[in-house]
Amino acid sequence: MASGFRRAGGGQRPRASLHRTTEPPVTAPQHDRPWHDRRRLLLSGLLLGLGAAGAVDEIVFHQLPHWHHFYDRSTGTAGLVSDGLLHAATWSATVAGLALLADVRRRAAFAPARWWGAVLVGAGAFQTWDGVVQHKLLRLHQVRYGVDLTGYDLAWTGAGVLALLTGLVLLRRRTAG
Amino acid sequence: MTVLACVLAAAAYLGAAHLVPALRGRSRWPAGRTAAWGGGLGCVVLGSGGPLATAHGDLRAHMAGHLLLGMVAPLLLVLARPVTLALRTLPLHAARRLSRVLRSMPLRVLGDPFAAVVLNAAGLWVLYGTGLLTATAHSPGPHALVSVHVLLTGWLATAAVLALDPAPHRRGVTARAVALAAGAAAHDVLAKTLYAHPPAGTTRAAEGAELMYNGGTVVHLLVAAVLWRQWYVSRGAVRSAERVAPAPA
Repeated sequence: MASGFRRAGGGQRPRASLHRTTEPPVTAPQHDRPWHDRRRLLLSGLLLGLGAAGAVDEIVFHQLPHWHHFYDRSTGTAGLVSDGLLHAATWSATVAGLALLADVRRRAAFAPARWWGAVLVGAGAFQTWDGVVQHKLLRLHQVRYGVDLTGYDLAWTGAGVLALLTGLVLLRRRTAG
Repeated sequence: MTVLACVLAAAAYLGAAHLVPALRGRSRWPAGRTAAWGGGLGCVVLGSGGPLATAHGDLRAHMAGHLLLGMVAPLLLVLARPVTLALRTLPLHAARRLSRVLRSMPLRVLGDPFAAVVLNAAGLWVLYGTGLLTATAHSPGPHALVSVHVLLTGWLATAAVLALDPAPHRRGVTARAVALAAGAAAHDVLAKTLYAHPPAGTTRAAEGAELMYNGGTVVHLLVAAVLWRQWYVSRGAVRSAERVAPAPA
């Protein structure tokens, strides 16, 4: 009788806690534990890093100095599609990352070094991919037009790789420590 | 005719939200939802009639109208939670019938965020990608049909993504966020394509395309914010449940 009560989650607290080691109560969801907090923190950093890098690319380089424009005649269909996709993907990632971050902070599971590591990995991965795949392999658009590109490309992709590596080092240090 | 339909819709909502609870001594309906319903209907009137709809060939005015009709109005109408209001106001029999209709196979398929978003985006691509836009610009009948289609598919897509009203087979927040992003991407690619290749017989096409792109981004961002806020609040409920019964270390 008594054990039946406990299984239903209504037992006395000290005794019920003995039982929880084998049988967790239904009110505390299995899928919301510290391990999930860490994963959520990581995901939030990655998404915000991706969103921030995409936003910087779009706002700073596409619109402010008009290095490349909203649309220029040389942009092909693939360029139009990739611009639209990236725009939607980056702001979606930013909103999702902010919501996850707010939840992690509310749960007091925020770890600055790990989060910044994830941000740098997300931003660096985006920048590297943008520099290598979009600019060089697919040749959708270039950093700038009418000048020698070598320096710009090195700086663009190099910044991405540097951010990516720094982020990975930060993450590894946290995992080791 | 639009004005008449909107006045009727406003009267029905007002009666159900504020008159019926007062008469039956029920709990009050949040005033913000009523305001959202009014604002949504206002956007429908503005977007489908008036100067925005009669500026034939001016793509910028046309886009302003469609932005109101297909994006802003649907968001406000969804925030007003009309199905929740109907279910709590209707007599039991009628409410059961309504929920049976909502559970029926066609609505389950249409109400899936991916199906609804594809339907919405495909409608836009057909309207602007083919000659349909110029064909309907000067004939009132087809023009009205296009307006109704834009409003309904926009409403369906927003309702499916946000799922604020009771939904029997609601998908998780990630799936709905991905559906929203996919729909937004299709919308943005179309806007850039219109900028590059303006539809025949339109003026101010570049400004119209930029308005579509930027306005669309703002409304999509608002929808995403509502979606993730809803997730954040629901996680809060999980957290307070954990405080009552902490998980094992």
